[in-house]
Formats: sequence, C-alpha cells, structure tokens
Amino acid sequence: MRVSLKWLREYVDFDLTPEELAHRLTMAGLEVGSIERVGGDWDNVLVGHIERLGPHPNADRLKLATVNTGSEELEVICGAPNVEGGQNIVLARVGATLTNPQTGSRETLKSARIRGVVSEGMICSERELGLGDDHEGILVLPGDAVPGMPLEDYLGDVILDVEVTANRPDWLSMLGVAWEVGALTGNPVRVPSLEYAEDGDSITTKDLVDLRAPEFAPRYTSALITGATVGPAPGWMQMRLKAAGVRPISNVVDITNYVMLEIGQPLHAFDRDRIAGGKLIVRRATPDEPLETLDGRQHVLSTEDLVIADENGPVGLGGIMGGENSEVSDSTTDIILESASFGFASTRRTVQRRRIEVGGKRGTEASQRFERNLPITLPPIGLRRAAKMLVELCGGTAAKGIADDWPDRQEPAVVTLTSERMTQVMGSDPGREVSERTLRSLGFEVTATDRADGEYTIDATVPYWRTDIGIADDLIEEVARIVGYDAIPVTLLPTTGEPDLPEPLTQMKDDVRDVLVQLGHRETISYPLVPMDLLQTTIPGDAPQDPLRVWNRMSPDQEYLRTTLRGSLLRTLANNERGISRESYRLFEIGQAYLPHGPRHQPEERTYVCGVMAGMRANRSWIGGSDTASDELDFFDAKGLVETLLETLGVRARYEAADDRILAHGRSAHILPETGGRPFGTIGEVHPDTLAALDIRAPRVVLYEVDLGAALQNRREVERTWQSVSRYPGVLRELSLLVDEGAPAGAVGDIIRDFPSVVRSALVDVYQGPQVPDGKKSLAFSLVWQSPTRTLTDTEVDVAETQLLDKLQREAGATLRSQA
Amino acid sequence: MSTLTDELTDVESSALAELERISDRDALEEWRVTWQGRRQGRLPKLLEQLPTLPIEDRREAGQLANRVRTALENAYEERRAVLEHASVSQRLSAEAIDVTLPGRRVPAGGLHPTTQTLREIIDAFKPMGFTVVEGPEVEWDYYNFEALNIPADHPARDQWDTLWLDIEDDDGKRPLLLRTHTSPMQVRIMEAQEPPIRVLVPGRVFRHEATDASHESVFFQVEGLAIDRGITFADLKGTLYAFARRMFGPDRRVRFRCDFFPFVEPGVDMAIDCFACKGNGCRVCSQSGWLEIMGAGMVHPKILQRVGYDPDEYTGFAFGMGPERIAMLRHGIDDIRHFYANDLNFLEQF
Ligand SMILES: [Zn+2]
Repeated sequence: MRVSLKWLREYVDFDLTPEELAHRLTMAGLEVGSIERVGGDWDNVLVGHIERLGPHPNADRLKLATVNTGSEELEVICGAPNVEGGQNIVLARVGATLTNPQTGSRETLKSARIRGVVSEGMICSERELGLGDDHEGILVLPGDAVPGMPLEDYLGDVILDVEVTANRPDWLSMLGVAWEVGALTGNPVRVPSLEYAEDGDSITTKDLVDLRAPEFAPRYTSALITGATVGPAPGWMQMRLKAAGVRPISNVVDITNYVMLEIGQPLHAFDRDRIAGGKLIVRRATPDEPLETLDGRQHVLSTEDLVIADENGPVGLGGIMGGENSEVSDSTTDIILESASFGFASTRRTVQRRRIEVGGKRGTEASQRFERNLPITLPPIGLRRAAKMLVELCGGTAAKGIADDWPDRQEPAVVTLTSERMTQVMGSDPGREVSERTLRSLGFEVTATDRADGEYTIDATVPYWRTDIGIADDLIEEVARIVGYDAIPVTLLPTTGEPDLPEPLTQMKDDVRDVLVQLGHRETISYPLVPMDLLQTTIPGDAPQDPLRVWNRMSPDQEYLRTTLRGSLLRTLANNERGISRESYRLFEIGQAYLPHGPRHQPEERTYVCGVMAGMRANRSWIGGSDTASDELDFFDAKGLVETLLETLGVRARYEAADDRILAHGRSAHILPETGGRPFGTIGEVHPDTLAALDIRAPRVVLYEVDLGAALQNRREVERTWQSVSRYPGVLRELSLLVDEGAPAGAVGDIIRDFPSVVRSALVDVYQGPQVPDGKKSLAFSLVWQSPTRTLTDTEVDVAETQLLDKLQREAGATLRSQA
Repeated sequence: MSTLTDELTDVESSALAELERISDRDALEEWRVTWQGRRQGRLPKLLEQLPTLPIEDRREAGQLANRVRTALENAYEERRAVLEHASVSQRLSAEAIDVTLPGRRVPAGGLHPTTQTLREIIDAFKPMGFTVVEGPEVEWDYYNFEALNIPADHPARDQWDTLWLDIEDDDGKRPLLLRTHTSPMQVRIMEAQEPPIRVLVPGRVFRHEATDASHESVFFQVEGLAIDRGITFADLKGTLYAFARRMFGPDRRVRFRCDFFPFVEPGVDMAIDCFACKGNGCRVCSQSGWLEIMGAGMVHPKILQRVGYDPDEYTGFAFGMGPERIAMLRHGIDDIRHFYANDLNFLEQF
C-alpha cells in the first residue's frame, strides 16, 4: 500500500521527517519498505498558465504558447494534442532535469530553436516528470494551481510503501495509518465527515436489496443517488489516486476507489437503469450460471459463488468484480452504491476457483481486502462517505436513508485487560495511565479502574475498524508496540541443569556426520523432491513403486518424494563430473526417504545415510599416487568405511552377498544384524547400466546406504566393559587355508576370530594361482594366541591350532594348505 | 733417564699426531690396533718392559705409562665420537629433501554449511537449557495450520505457500502437506509433554515458491519453544539477546519490532545491526543498517488452551529462524540456491 504523506496530513499532524516516521511505523509493526520522494528533483519546474496559444509560423503540427510564470511571459513551443489556451500546465525552464520519454534516461533541458523559433522552456507530460507513464499529452493541472509556484510545492509528495500484515486490513487505508501515526505521536485524528444532504425520497432496505445469502454476505448496505453527472473527477482526487497507484477513470468510479483507499471499504457503483427491476438480489449463483465480468472474462458459475443479480441474472461477482452489463457509463445518472461485507473464506475460494487476477496478482483490490476479513461495522461508514462525495462532486441527489441488511447484528466487542496479566506476559507494566492513554490514542473507548489492591483493570471497546482484537493479550501487544519493544526490560530464563539428551537417532545422525567427515567425506544436502525417472533409475527392486506425489508441484523435476537417497547422491556425482572433473569423490548425505502409509497416516520417514565414492584412492602427486585400475576406489573402500563407521557407532553387523537391481551383481552386499534378520543397509558397486542412465562418467562408483533407525536397533546394548590385559606373552602364528573359491571368507574369519585364546586375527592374503588347486583359493590369516593366566607353551598352541583346524574343516570346509 | 720413558713420551706424541690425521673409521681401527692392540700394539709392547726396569725407576715409569695409556684411550674415544657424528651428518646431508614440495595429503571431508550453521545455533542455545527435538516433514494440515491459529481460508495462509500431497481423504480434502515451517512441532511437543519445556527444532521446510537469489522452495529452519510458569516477554528478549551475542559476537546490537504471526501474541521480528556496515546502511542490509534474522513472540493463549495447558498458569515464547540466511549474511553468499545445488566448488569453501 502506497501512503502519500501529503494525503495523510489531512487526517493527522506529525512533526517527523519521512525517515523518522518510517522508522516509528516499522517498529510498531507497519513495515515501511521504501520511501519515495515525488518532486525532489524538480528544479526549474513550475506551474504555468497558458495565456495565449497560436500556431507555430513554420510547422503545422506545433503550437506556440505564451506561458505566464507569475513574473514573466515565456514563448514555448508545444506539440501535444491536448494543449489548450487557459490551461494550467507544468513548465520546465532551461536547466531543468527531465526524464526522456523515449529512453527513460534523465536529461538536462537546454534552450532549443525549432524551425526558426526559440522555445524558452517545455510543457511537460507526466512521464517527463517521473509521475507516471502517460506521454500522450501534457499534464493539465487543476485550476487551484498558482502560476509561478514551484511544482514541488504543488505536487511534491513523499510516498511510503508499507507492507501490511495479514491481521491488519485497516492499514490498507489512509485512516488506519492515520490512527497509527496519531498513537505514535500523541496527536488527534481528524475523522472525515459522513454528513451530506439527503434531499431525495426516503428509501428502506427492501427497496434496494434482497439479501438471500447472508452466509456469504453477512451485511449489505446500499444508497441511491439520482441525477448525477458522470465526468472526470476533480484534479486533487485524481492526483491522490495516482499517488496511491490507482488510475483515474471517472468521478463515480474514482470516488469508490478513493473511499476504499481512505476508509478501507471497497464499494461498487451500479447504473440503476441497467438493473432490471431496480433492485439488487444478493444470492448464490445457480449451477452453470453465466457471467461476464468487467475484465471481459466469461465465467460459468456454481452454487458456491456469490452473485449480485437483478431480475434477469447476475450483474456482478460479489466482493470481487462487477459485471460488464451493469457498469457505470458516461450516460449514467442514477447510481445504486453497494457497500457490503463479504465473507473472507467464500471470497477467497471464489477467487481461487475462478482464477481472478489483475496485473498478475491474485484477486482484485476489493477481493484482496475482503479476504483479509474486513470489519462488519465498516460498510455503512464507507457507504456514507462515498454518498457524500457523489452528492458534492457529481451533482447527485441522495435518497433519504440507506439500505442496511444485517441479519445477524453484533455489538462491538469489549476486551478486559488487567495489570496482573500485563505483568505476567510482559514481565513489567507501564502503568494504568500509559496503557489507558495508548489504547485511547488508537481509537479504543476505554474505562479504566484503579483497584483497591493497587492493580488496575481496563475495559476497552474495540474500534469499528479493528478485527484483530479479541483477548487481553491483544491489548497488551497494542500497548507494548506503541510504547516500543525496546523499552521492555531484558531478563534471562532461570538456569536449569544440563538439557536433556536428544533422541538417540538425532544424536546418531550427528555422530555419523562426524565420523564420515573425519574420514575425508563431504556432506551434501539435496532436494527430497525428485523426478519420477530418477526414482525409477535408482530404486532397488524391493522398494515401493508408488512414491508420494506432490499435488501442486513447482516443476516435474520436483514432483515425487524420494523413497531412496541413491538418486540424489548419484545425481550430485554426475553434476559435479560435468565441471572440471576431480580425481576422486567421497560424498554423503543424511536425510529422509518417504514411504507411503495410506491416506489416513503420515508416511514413514526413514532416515538414511547414503554415500558414493568414485575415482582414485589417492590423488596423483609428485610422490606418486594411484594411476592403475587397482588403485580405484572400489567395494572394499566402501565396506571398510562402513565397517569403521558401524564399529564407531557400536553397531554390530555382518555382510552377505546381495542382489540389487541398480548394483553390480557379485560386487554388492547387504548389511545385516549380526544375529540375523532383515538387512538394514547395502554396499555395492553401481551397475554400469545405472551409471550410463545417469550420464556418470566414472567407470566405477561405489555406493553405500544404511538405515540409521534400524542400525540403532542393532546397537550394542551393554556398556563397553574393560577387559584386563594379559601379562603373559602372546604367540604369533600364521595359518594358510584352502577353501572353495566361491566360499565367503567372512565365515572363515568369524570362526577364527571367535575361537578361544585367539586374541587377534587378520586376513593377510587371498591368493589363487599356480600353487593352489583349481577351484580353490588360499586364505592366509595371522593370529595371536594368548592366555590371561599363564604363558602358553608351543605344544599348547599346537593343540589349540589343531582344534581350530578341525572346526574350520567341519564348519567352513577349510583345510590347511600344504607347505609347498 | 731410562730409554723406556723416552720411548713412552715418543709413543704418545707420535700416536696423537697420527690420530689427528685420521678421518675414517677403518683408519681409526687400524690406529687402535697399531698403538693399543693387546698383543702387537706399540704401547703394550713397551709396557712389557716395565718389570725389567730397576726398582727405583719402575715407579716413575709406571706412572708415565698409565698417563700415556689414558691419554691415548681418551684421544681415541674423542676421535671416534667426532668421526661418528661426521658420518651421520654426512648421511643426512645425502638424504636432504626439498621441504617446499607438497606433503602427502589425506582427503579432507567437511560438513554442509547448513549443518555447520545449525550446529552453531544449537550450541548457542544449549547453555540456556534447550534440547534438540525433530519432527516429521510430511505434516497434517491440522498441525501445520489449524492448531497454529491459521484455519482454512485464513488470509495468513498466504504467508506460507504450500505444497500439498496428492492424497485425498473421504471428504475430498487433501490433509497432508510438506510442512511450511517447523512450528507444527510446537503443538506436537506440547501435546506430548507437560511444562516446563525448552526445545529447539531444526528441520527441513518446503514452500510452493519460485526460486530466486533469496528464495528457495526447500530450506531449513530452527524453531525454539520455552513454556513454564512465569516466562515473560522480557525473558524472550533476554534469551534472544544471549543467542545473538554468542552467535554474532558480544558487540552485536539487537532490535525488536512488532510483527504478526498468528501463533504468537505479542509478535516480534528480531534484527541485529548489520555486521557488513556496522549499522550505517549498505547493500547487504538494504541500507537499513539492520538484518532481520528471526520471528518470535509469546505463545498465543489459544494454542496453550488447545493442547490442554491453562493459559492463566503457563506462558511461554517461541521463535524461528533460517540457518541459510544466517550463513549467507556471515559468509557473504549472494544466492540461496547455492546451498542445495551441491556444487563441490561451493561446498568445499566451508
Ligand atoms: Zn549493512
């Protein structure tokens, strides 16, 4: 909303600079987005009067105007079609800086000789002055402009562009802002007069209106003005409308717009002669009822739409836009003025359903206001104000009385505030006098009582223009914001003990981040909304096939909630490969996968860590990095990472070969609870087809994902207990075993690890080749035998080793590899 | 004078002179064998003659012999140490490297700037007793709007352009949405527990909004909520002051102005003085000198009532802020879209 300070001064005085005023308003909740100075750069621009207008001696299209500047007469050449003798105009003298209407740039006016005649200045259009877009003709000033007066004194203004919060429709009016300024400065507000001569015949409500849908229009007021003359509105009104950003049309329409800007109540003027039956019917539309609105659009309405109709059908969409068929025209004389209360919800729904737009913004000036829930007390105020102007500015005769259909009449609300509540909420109380004065200055009617206990009570009647005041705390905010939040003291919350620990999953996510980052991995965060093709390329075979869809997606690229993070990570990898490719990538993300759970439940949000690794294990360097295929990051890099991660988290797991649609079979594994059960994660090299589908250049990409919620379930429950360190020496042995080449080494390693008296073991070599029989592979383990109670003899170790070999033979089919 | 003493003196001076010239360990060993070798060494040979001397000369010669022997031993040790040192030093010189060559680097990882900022925010509130709680991103209309005093068709809904899930209930309504703010957790937490409450809710939020340099459709928020007997607006101010000082430095000035959020009353917008221009006005702060970083207010009594708290007994405050905006202001990032594009050239700067 654009607030002209010149206009604002009609209602309230203030002795503040525009910057000070903007600051005070902003602090009180009415944010000023920008301050615009109109006319600050109008040097050498003044009001002139065209004394005489004659032809240019050497040019048919140009005219020669003699302009009176109050102190002298200047000869000025003008080519505008609308220039006439006797007009008050804007004269720019040589040296003035104007906007070039063609280029938009600012240029200094020089004296010019046009076809042999010197022009001593220029008569300006709006565009040249930076006042508007109009460059069709010159700007003609009203008759009260005094020749010689600097234009800045006459038309100069400061416009505050204010950002109105959803709770304050009253701030969409000059008067609402004036009340605010009055409260901030302590100055009284001058309320515009609603008195006018009611010289016409008496009317009653039923003469003008038939309100059949009070559920959509709870109050409908109207007035009748006869014998009005439609023409241009007075200059001062046009100037104010322009300052507010509204284009003047005709006096009748301009008056409705002016009152909307002044009081905040939207109004509509109907040409009575175009209302069949002379009476407005306010009703729901019938099914498929047609209506052409003023913007030329054809609507097919439903019973959820409210129409203003006559005997023949709809003449307007209630609270939103008038119909083409009842519009006021130049020949209109009798006007039915509508000032009504339309429900915010129904207005909003009709605007959405009918896709009403003006200038790219949703809704109309009127509907935007109704959607904010205008007070039901406002219609007669706006009505009377507009009727007064129609009488005084359009020569109309107002009927005696107004129509006011208000079936569910309400009394103004009274809200009670006590000093106890003030202190309870704010921590302090400014005192009865300040509270009372502040509320009064905002237009509340106030009854204040000092009670015997030293406290006070204030009963405040809410002013008719406010809809946001319903409870004591609302009054508290009014007092606090006008006094200023800065004046309220500062205290600290009482200290408590240590805060509670977060949920284990929350904690675990942070732990995972820390471990992975320490191990050289980079955290990414991507959109959880993904396109269907990405999901199809990356969901493992057993994932749900129907991801959750966004009904009003922004773009197809953000249509579905991901059911896996795999696509996010792989896409991030692909995107980063497109720039200067790196030698290696180690990326991860922690986030949710969203699994549908039927229409009556929230989806399950499962937290995963997912990561990808690709490229060389070590970067190329003068020391020598990796440059052969065997130095590429592969399955075992990811597995080692996951092993380290899970061990750090205290999660016990084992690994099994996996068959996963998007991973290379034979090079992927499930992560399972140590005790068996459903897998809670996957590690694997991404299938070449998947890489190709995602345009990933790296030939080998390893991916891992762990369901952190499930991992949490497999966290070792018992506290880590300290085991005493044996004082006796350990015996280091190596075991070379032969197993079938397809047998998992993990099972062999587990048997050795868990065997009594084996305190450390490691798989140090896996070998297939000339010295190993076909179909077999050799596994070499290094292990340490140790007893907590005594030194083991070689014989004791030999015996134990034989027992271990027996067990390995029985359970894993492993035999001792004969020494070659 | 006996010839033995002369010979001893001669051996001493000759041996020491020869030792001076020795520069490697082999020659040193040869020298030791020549002069001190147990059988053939010239000094032991001379000493064999001692018993043959007359008794009156024997004492003086014996003392001299001891002195010479000690002198040779000491000189030998000294020479050996010098040669040893010289050889280590020579080896090291041979192994000298160009210390300006780059070292063997371990790949460096890093947290996403949003995570880093979230952690800093949480750490700033932790000392004041706030615990981290998380909640669902797919939320019911009820928690996201209705329970927060934003009923259907309420004009305030325009502040939160919403992405709705394509799921209809029996009434043909779409009840599930992607939460537009972390505030629904206020209600969920109050429903789940009794006061006192001091929680922080970090999390992802969604908007149906075209993206540009300052708008994202997916971003993060941190919500805060404190409820107890006796919590006041002054406590809200104090808490946010303390946060601002911890987060942005002890000299930060803080501004509180009135603002509207349907779920608080009174409502607050908190700003800090612009650290780019020290409050004088610049491009970063749109010439205002202030950076708005947080919305806040006293929890609306209707919300307390709705969750079953007695608003005459309990009061509290809530606040919310965006970590991206804070990170942008601190690091001079000019476009919020950098955050979730996951360009490593961006991420690696943090
Ligand atoms: Zn600044």
